[in-house]
Amino acid sequence: MNNSIISKLHGVLARGDFAVTSECGPPRGADPDVISRKSGLLKNCVDAVNVTDNQTAIVRMSSIAASAHLLQNGLEPVMQMVTRDRNRIALQSDIMGAYSLGIRNILCLTGDHQTFGSQPDALNVFDIDSIQLIRTLCEMRDKGRDMSGFDLKSPPRMFIGAAANPFADPFEFRIIRLSKKIEAGADFIQTQCVYNVERFREWMKTAHEEGLTEKAHILAGITPLKSAGMARYMADRVAGMDVPETIIKRMDGVPKNRAIEEGTRICLETIAALREIKGVHGIHIMAIEWEEKVAEIVGAAGLLPRPDIN
Amino acid sequence: MIVGNQKSLAEIKEIVAPYKNLLILGCGTCVKTCFAGGEDEVATLSSALRLGFKKDGKEILIQELTIERQCEDEFIQEAAENINSNDAVLSLACGAGVQAIAKRFKSVPVMPGLNTTFIGILEKQGLFTEECVGCGDCRLAQFGSVCPIARCSKKLLNGPCGGSKNGSCEVDAETDCAWQLIIDRLKALGQLNNLKAYVQPKDWRSSNAGGPRKLVREDHII
Repeated sequence: MNNSIISKLHGVLARGDFAVTSECGPPRGADPDVISRKSGLLKNCVDAVNVTDNQTAIVRMSSIAASAHLLQNGLEPVMQMVTRDRNRIALQSDIMGAYSLGIRNILCLTGDHQTFGSQPDALNVFDIDSIQLIRTLCEMRDKGRDMSGFDLKSPPRMFIGAAANPFADPFEFRIIRLSKKIEAGADFIQTQCVYNVERFREWMKTAHEEGLTEKAHILAGITPLKSAGMARYMADRVAGMDVPETIIKRMDGVPKNRAIEEGTRICLETIAALREIKGVHGIHIMAIEWEEKVAEIVGAAGLLPRPDIN
Repeated sequence: MIVGNQKSLAEIKEIVAPYKNLLILGCGTCVKTCFAGGEDEVATLSSALRLGFKKDGKEILIQELTIERQCEDEFIQEAAENINSNDAVLSLACGAGVQAIAKRFKSVPVMPGLNTTFIGILEKQGLFTEECVGCGDCRLAQFGSVCPIARCSKKLLNGPCGGSKNGSCEVDAETDCAWQLIIDRLKALGQLNNLKAYVQPKDWRSSNAGGPRKLVREDHII
């Protein structure tokens, strides 16, 4: 990648500021006003907003369209793109289309399996995997070629992101996988939500020792807890999630009407701890359908105002 | 082997309902081994159908026959007389067998009595597992003889995904995570480094994505 700044998120990270991203789930419908409303809640408190791509395999407004709406509302999107629903032809075509609409950040994912979603009877694609998608984007941008080797007249230049789950099994392989994503061309990494700071620190230490934190910006995932029930659900039911018993106990230990307060406290303590870890260049706040919470967390964490990049 | 599973009696009854003289044709190789379409299953199904139709007050004459393989002419010809003397055939072979019979007997309706499920093995008594999708370009050597195309729910070539937990796949806790198996095996073989290299997107032309496949063996053409 040449050194010119591709996006605002890229600019924030390139100059060494601590980045803040959050998430916006497109609606299960065709109303762009939903995006406008969410944009209003996130404006000026984050550097970029991830737009999920039919997350948990539930059909929603496309991430390309919702990203374009975000742009119109003055926010910078990180368009998520999964390989579950599109083959390599559609992926490359959509990347070029997204770029033409002004979308500059992308997060490459394989995607949740369709059996988790509302249409488990669907045929999946999985023509390529997330690492191959990263490589594809990188070659489009840096070599100006599509997957067939064709020279693109005006190649898309995206700031390329990937996801990492430090908590999934097999633990010893997680760093190899991270390394493969970075070698394939990921510029930044957004991780699974961190509740187990100790385990995350261990993972970061290895990533640092392997020289990976020098090659890509790592943004640690954060999800504020609303209730003890949510903590337990995430611990037991969400694949690849590590919610330690101590966190569940803390959420359990307060009366129900104080749960949100306790969840926020845990969240802020986690952010403070993450900022001390070498190689963590930002946080990614996934406040699921709770966008109004983001400004409060970012403010209370002392991360406002956001840097001005133009 | 090709693994198959017999359709429900209700579905089979519906399929064969228009016919009075029916041949139930078993296949004595793969589907026999997986207890779906061999001689024993032909006999059991025939009795169940006779009884079922009798209860409904409907007459049907069922003939039973099992040949070694419904996918080879040599054996198919053994059934020619029976096929021609009936109104229809309910084949208990895999989809290939059903179509092989249909191709050779153009005026006789041939219907499937099984759902052909996968290329697999008898993992243990009562459990068959899918091991191969017949993609036409075998990479097992690279992955410690565990196929990520057939056995990873997301066909990941640079896996595992974030949903691997305690050796299980996120899609079904009863299914092994193929990538855990790949990693464990390569570790045991001292070949874990194999996985550090980027694996290119698969060329699907050799699979059925390239259209119906043919295998020409010039050396066997007479």
